[in-house]
Amino acid sequence: MWRDALLIARRDLTIELRSKVGIWQILPFGLLALFLFAFALGPSTDLLKASAPGLFWLAVLFSSILAAQRSLNIEGSVATREANRLLGLDPAGVFLGKAAAMAVELLVLEVVLLLGIVLLFHVAVASWLYVAAALLLPAIGLSAAGVLYGSLAGGATTRSTLLPILVLPVEAPVLIAASKSLSRGLGVATAGAERWLVLLAIFSVVYAVLGIALYGPLEES
Amino acid sequence: MMRTALRKSIGPLSAVLVAVTAWLGLVVTPPDRDQGDYVRLVYLHPALAWVALYVAFGMAAVCSLLYLWKRTRSLRFDRLAASAVEVGVVFTLLTLVTGSIWGRPTWGVWWTWDARLTSTAVLAVLFLGYLALRRVPAEAHVRARRSAVFALLAAVNVPIIHFSVIWWQTLHQGATVLNPNLSPTIHGLMAWTLLLSFLAFTLLFAWMVTVRYEIETLRGDDEQAGLAAAIAARRAEGAPL
Repeated sequence: MWRDALLIARRDLTIELRSKVGIWQILPFGLLALFLFAFALGPSTDLLKASAPGLFWLAVLFSSILAAQRSLNIEGSVATREANRLLGLDPAGVFLGKAAAMAVELLVLEVVLLLGIVLLFHVAVASWLYVAAALLLPAIGLSAAGVLYGSLAGGATTRSTLLPILVLPVEAPVLIAASKSLSRGLGVATAGAERWLVLLAIFSVVYAVLGIALYGPLEES
Repeated sequence: MMRTALRKSIGPLSAVLVAVTAWLGLVVTPPDRDQGDYVRLVYLHPALAWVALYVAFGMAAVCSLLYLWKRTRSLRFDRLAASAVEVGVVFTLLTLVTGSIWGRPTWGVWWTWDARLTSTAVLAVLFLGYLALRRVPAEAHVRARRSAVFALLAAVNVPIIHFSVIWWQTLHQGATVLNPNLSPTIHGLMAWTLLLSFLAFTLLFAWMVTVRYEIETLRGDDEQAGLAAAIAARRAEGAPL
C-alpha cells in the first residue's frame, strides 16, 4: 500500500509540476480571493487583522475544491483506471497517494497565502509552532476529505457542481478549527487553540482511515 | 393483509394525534410564567427536532449500513434510506423555521450563531447534498452504494460538527426533558402534551416515509420497465445487443 501511495503521489506531483495548473490557476485563485475579501471588508487595518485567519482559510477551502477536482480528473480517465488495474495498484494506496500529493499542493498554497495575509492584512507570526500545526493538519484533512468525496461525486461532468455541495458542509469544522488555531499562531487570539488542533487531528485521522477503507469500493462502482 | 391495514392506519392516526396535540397545546395547556404563549412552541419544535435529527437520520444511517453489508444488501434499504432523508430534510427545515420563530421573542433575533442552530443548519445542507447525489444518473446499485457511503460519512461527521460548534459558541437553552441530571423541567399536562407531540410527529414521519417509499419503489419499477421495453424494441429491430 505504501509503495503504491508513493508511486501515485510522485505521479500526481510530476503531472502538476509539468502542467503547472496549480501554479497558474489554483494559486492565483487563492490570492484573488484574499484581494476580494479585502475589497469587501474595506481598508480598516484592525478589521482585516481580526478577520485574517478566517479569510485565509476560506481562500484555502475554496482553492482546495479546485485542487480536489483537478486531482480526480487525473484519475477519472478510462486509460488511467485501466493502467492502475493492470499495475495491480492497491486502491487504498491510490487514495493515500492522491491525498498526499494534494496535501503537498495545499501546503504550498497555504505558505503563499500566509505570505499574502502578512503583507495585505498586516498580521505577523506570533508562534511558528502553532502556525505550522495549523497549516499541516488541515492540509491533511482537506485532502483526505476532498479525494474521498470527489470519488463519491461521480464523473467529471457532475463533479464540478456536486463536489462543493458535498464537501463544504463536511469541512465546516475544519474551517472553524483551523481559523481558531491560526488565530493563536498569528497572535490574533490566544485561548483554547490546543483543543482545536486536537479536533483537526481527529478529522484528519478519521478521513484518512475512511478513505483507505472506502476509496476502493467507490472507484469500482 | 395486517401489514397493509397497519400501514393505512398510520396516516389517519398521526393526523388525529397531531390535531389533539394542537388542541392541547393551543387551548388546554396554560401559558408559561416566563415565556407566556410563546411556550406553546414547545409542543412543536422539540418534536420536529427529535424526528429530524434522531429518527430520520438515524434510520438513514442504519438502512445505509444494512445496504452496504453484503448479507443484507437490498435496494429496499436504499429506498428506505432515501425516503427517510427526504422526509428528514423537510423536518429539519421545519425545525429551523420554528426555532427561528421561537428565537425572535426570546433572543430578540431571527437567527443567532448558536451551536445547535448552526449544527442543525449544517446537517440540513449535508443531507441536501445526499439528495443531490441521488439525482446523479447512475445504475441503481451504483447510486445506492454512493448514497449509502455518503450517509454513513455524514453520520460520522455529525459528532465532529456538533463538538466544533459547541466549542465555537452556544446560547441555546438546555434540554427540557433529557437534560444531564435527567430531571425534567416541565410537569403535568404540559409534560403529557409534550410527550404526545413526540408520538404524533414520529407517527407522521412514519406515514410520510411509507408513502415516499412506495413512490420510490414505483419509480424503480418504472425505470426497470422502461429499460426492458427499450431492450425489447432493439431486439425487435434485429439489432445486435
